[in-house]
Amino acid sequence: MGERRVELEVLRYNPETDSAPRFQRYAVTCREEWVVLDALNHIKENIDPTLSYRWSCHMAVCGSCGMMINSEPKLSCKAFVRNYEGVIRVEPLAHFPIERDLVTVIDDFMDKLKRVRPYLIPKQVKAVSDGEYLQTPAELNKFKHYSMCINCMLCYAACPEYALIPKYIGPAAIALAHRWNQDSRDGGREARQPEIAATEGAWECSFVGACSEVCPEHVDPAGAIQQVKIRSTVDWYTQHLMPWLKN
Amino acid sequence: MRAVETTRTDIAIIGAGGAGLRAAIALAEADPKLRIALISKVYPMRSHTCAAEGGAAGVIKPDDSLEHHFNDTVGGGDWLSDQDAVEVFIREAPKELIQLEHWGCPWSREADGSVAVRPFGGMKKQRTWFAADKSGFHILHTLFQTSLQFESIQRFDEYYATELLVAEGRCAGLAALEMRSGQMRCFEAQAVIIAGGGAGRMFPFTTNGAIKTGDGMALAYRAGVPLKDMEFVQYHPTGLPSTGTLLTEACRGEGGVLLNRHGRRFLQDYGMGPETPLGQPVLKTMELGPRDRVSQAFWHEQKKGNAVSTQWGDAMWLDMRHLGEKKIDERLPLVRDMSISYMGVDPVTDPVPVRPVVHYMMGGIHTDIRAATPLAGLYAAGECACVSINGANRLGSNSLTELLVFGRRAALSAMEYLGSGVRAANVGALATAAQARVRELMQRSGGTETVAGLRKEMMQNMEQHAGIYRSGEGLSDACSRLAGLRRRYGAIELHDKTNVYNTDLLQALELGSMLDCAEAVVQSALARKESRGAHQRLDFVERDDKNYLRHSLAVFHPSQAPRVDYCDVVITKSQPGVRDYSGDHE
Amino acid sequence: MAEKLSRRPYLRPVTSEWIFRHPRYLRYMVREFSCLFIGGWTLLMVWGLKQLSEGPAAWAVFLEVLKAPEIIVFHVLALAFAVYHSITWFNLTPKALPLQIGDGFMPDAVIAGAHFAAWAAVSLAVLYLAGAF
Repeated sequence: MGERRVELEVLRYNPETDSAPRFQRYAVTCREEWVVLDALNHIKENIDPTLSYRWSCHMAVCGSCGMMINSEPKLSCKAFVRNYEGVIRVEPLAHFPIERDLVTVIDDFMDKLKRVRPYLIPKQVKAVSDGEYLQTPAELNKFKHYSMCINCMLCYAACPEYALIPKYIGPAAIALAHRWNQDSRDGGREARQPEIAATEGAWECSFVGACSEVCPEHVDPAGAIQQVKIRSTVDWYTQHLMPWLKN
Repeated sequence: MRAVETTRTDIAIIGAGGAGLRAAIALAEADPKLRIALISKVYPMRSHTCAAEGGAAGVIKPDDSLEHHFNDTVGGGDWLSDQDAVEVFIREAPKELIQLEHWGCPWSREADGSVAVRPFGGMKKQRTWFAADKSGFHILHTLFQTSLQFESIQRFDEYYATELLVAEGRCAGLAALEMRSGQMRCFEAQAVIIAGGGAGRMFPFTTNGAIKTGDGMALAYRAGVPLKDMEFVQYHPTGLPSTGTLLTEACRGEGGVLLNRHGRRFLQDYGMGPETPLGQPVLKTMELGPRDRVSQAFWHEQKKGNAVSTQWGDAMWLDMRHLGEKKIDERLPLVRDMSISYMGVDPVTDPVPVRPVVHYMMGGIHTDIRAATPLAGLYAAGECACVSINGANRLGSNSLTELLVFGRRAALSAMEYLGSGVRAANVGALATAAQARVRELMQRSGGTETVAGLRKEMMQNMEQHAGIYRSGEGLSDACSRLAGLRRRYGAIELHDKTNVYNTDLLQALELGSMLDCAEAVVQSALARKESRGAHQRLDFVERDDKNYLRHSLAVFHPSQAPRVDYCDVVITKSQPGVRDYSGDHE
Repeated sequence: MAEKLSRRPYLRPVTSEWIFRHPRYLRYMVREFSCLFIGGWTLLMVWGLKQLSEGPAAWAVFLEVLKAPEIIVFHVLALAFAVYHSITWFNLTPKALPLQIGDGFMPDAVIAGAHFAAWAAVSLAVLYLAGAF
């Protein structure tokens, strides 16, 4: 039965006692198959109950446990301790204000999610009694992977544009708008354009591509954003050069 | 002490998972002028609905019928389901699932574009709608995103409800702790809907996430509403031995088989045979038998020494190799990812070790067919409620549909109640008292107990005495131990006494909920001297319809064990029969 | 303790350390930095065209400047950056131009490959026109 002795350096912050965040070190004897989350739970249960962090499902589907682990945004429930050498540094997700310890303030993200109108604006209204909209597997595949976003915000933590330009709507929000735009049942692309084709929308992106690299669900927000850019450009030229064409 | 701020609303919903969101949307659609407060201890996307994998059941294909769904559900529940409620449930199921599709849910499809269904345990026909193997995730996100278009839904994210406020004999609101500031807030509401989920975390080995601590159940329970059928705790046969997390029943629906350490498909030895051809699952037999029977079969195999030995304890093999890589990647991608990540096993090339883990609570807040509790103004829906449609054992994929059907029904019932002219009650003083209770816990000094210590004892107790098979002796032991834990809970001292996002306090409050729910579970189990569905007694092995074709009702007492009453089961069309999951059934 | 509002969210200041947080950010900055060389080369070309328009004497000056060692070094670096940029750019195009075929999508390698093939073809054409062979 494998065990390994791991040292965690965790960023702590309690606004009632700290003027600024500080690191605290813990030594944990981990089982071989543990993830960083298991180590944090062990710390909270046996060493320091004051450590605060978010988690729930432990299977990378709820999106609660995003953190910086050795400066890389990861889900702590999928960061295996066996993949790390030396001291593991654990910090709250970058680019968000710290509420307490590893808990961040995500108001900005929640607000942006809402602004892109991430719900079906149907092309054709249909009564429930008329059954389902037909959608072929090919049509489903057109937007399916964009619908896998678990709202973990690792992409925001990886994006230097979001770090430098807080107004930027960000990868997950744009990818989600794109998910709805690509859905064959949806007719709301025009309604979403003002937000995602604005300056703080897709155009703030310089295709660093970090978002897609860190995304645990392979949503590929970077791809979504470039596709939004192309579509918006085509829109602009059509609008100005061929205004008689109603899109 | 800082004065408690009050939010005035029409309907407050506690819990923002599938049922809570469905209720909120139903209210917002029905009347845009209604003020709706959606209160949850986590952001809605984190609700445990997201972890459900397999799918949601609803009759849709021409070879299926409402009668089949009815019979499967009632039989699967070992005849403890209220049949009038099941009638309503199966009838509204297809409509709700289509409504969800109309809101954009990415259901998997047939080639012609119509919705696809897959086989599921205990179901005679294929009727489980699915979205790959992340059905719960897609349902939750579809509902959450749909809810964002309604301005009348005001969300209170990361607010932990500590008490219901009961005045003039009715539920008139709740008190909730804002996690990030540590401030209490009073919600004055004409009606309250609880959709807080189950309580699987009272057990050490569960598919449930950290948040499933029975808070919603405890709120109603302490306000005098009985908890019904709490002894019926479902074990899901295929959880990962290392983390307890779920491998969907769809693994077996798509053709996966269960083997003991000798490579034998042992289910045929427990009344679920004869053995079906590999990769060609036959509905309602062998690996597609109901969850209680499959989990119980494992327990027997364990006793016989046929279980597979792993470093995390006993297990059995779930073999999906014959499905092929293409099918696994298309229909079970999450399963493959989880097996590889958390067990180091690729189901394409190797069988995966699995074991039964606690998954779902059939029992919960006593509600009727309209999702109403006996307390005026209080409604409940979802896993926290017990209508009962699931009876003594739930069929897989009925629960996600249940969220939708009863989430909506709770909303409509609450609206109707408002329409009867009920007015707001002044509950400020009650909220202040609630605040004082939380403050006391927070600032208590000289305590001898810790949250983690008591929680561990509770879990060990439940695992040992309230598992798949129970005995009178073990349950009595459990009852007295839990009573002891309840007393010692009053001696907890927190390590963290600060205000901002205090999770030591949160876990202490959650532990209180779990202890109350756990006592209801073991007392109800002790009182039920029969075996039925998921409740199996070694000292009472037969089903006893004469004495126990009834729901148990655990009634809270602040300083003593709960009293267990009974009420009748509603039987309409289906008289209690034999649950036949052998291949010989017609 | 409860009387005063206790929240005080802390926003960590953003410095340019992010560039060194992971190799991908450094690679990105190199890619973006290439614009300086490509921009510089463009200006050089514009100046060359201007010289061309002013007659053979001016054109000879331009050709002399091109032979200077620093300018040759500049051209080598500019070529390296341009190639790096083109390779990264072409490899990213499949993300921006997904092509659905039936239920699935055209493989990334095919889309990127088509760009590389076109690049090779145009390069050969230009070299031919320039009299390289």
